[in-house]
Amino acid sequence: MHPRFQVRVQPECFDLGEECDRLRRHDASIGAIASFVGVVRDINDEVGVDSLELEHYPGMTEKVIEGIVEEARTRWSLNSALVIHRVGRLGPTDPIVLVICTSAHRAPAFESCAFIMDFLKTKAPFWKKESTPDGERWVEARESDANAARGWQGR
Amino acid sequence: MPHMSVTLRYFASLREQLGTDTESLNLSSETTVGAIREQLSARGGVWAIAFSSERILSSVNHQMAGPDVLVSADDEVAFFPPVTGG
Repeated sequence: MHPRFQVRVQPECFDLGEECDRLRRHDASIGAIASFVGVVRDINDEVGVDSLELEHYPGMTEKVIEGIVEEARTRWSLNSALVIHRVGRLGPTDPIVLVICTSAHRAPAFESCAFIMDFLKTKAPFWKKESTPDGERWVEARESDANAARGWQGR
Repeated sequence: MPHMSVTLRYFASLREQLGTDTESLNLSSETTVGAIREQLSARGGVWAIAFSSERILSSVNHQMAGPDVLVSADDEVAFFPPVTGG
């Protein structure tokens, strides 16, 4: 992948402002920076969540997300993009995933950000296991996520 | 007769259900993902239950792969439930 387009899978937390600054610096043709941060909630499907464990498939996970970013690049004119997805044990209010897209103008930045998240949710090999007061359970994939990804066909 | 081996990997709830995360499978010739699934299902017990589920996805060498995809020597074939990242 081009160096201005990066994907990182890591246990460590990230700093949105720091990463935006890093992308913005040295590229004066960027006019728009759009971002998304996914966060762990303390409740899911009406059951309290104490913590969750994020598992991935080292090698394949990065490759799949890189493919999604490459797809976004073919659809929109982007200057740069960064995706960071955490793995390991996380708790409520912890950031899980970061997507930043930059472009000359806001429409490509906003849209590519949403596109990358919709496809990451349905294609990237991650699996969440929640610890609840009643025990551990694996999170199930949602139909709404599949619909969101399908919604990009023909757009 | 020359034989080949492939690496199988199991993730998430499937791994827990099967009680293993990886194994080496010896095969006598090139085969398909679907044929491997059938072979695993034929072990019976939890293997039959797990692989009777159509929701179990598969990949070959880090690319999503359906049942007709060919599997050759030294390939890595992974099986896993629908993904839930993000």
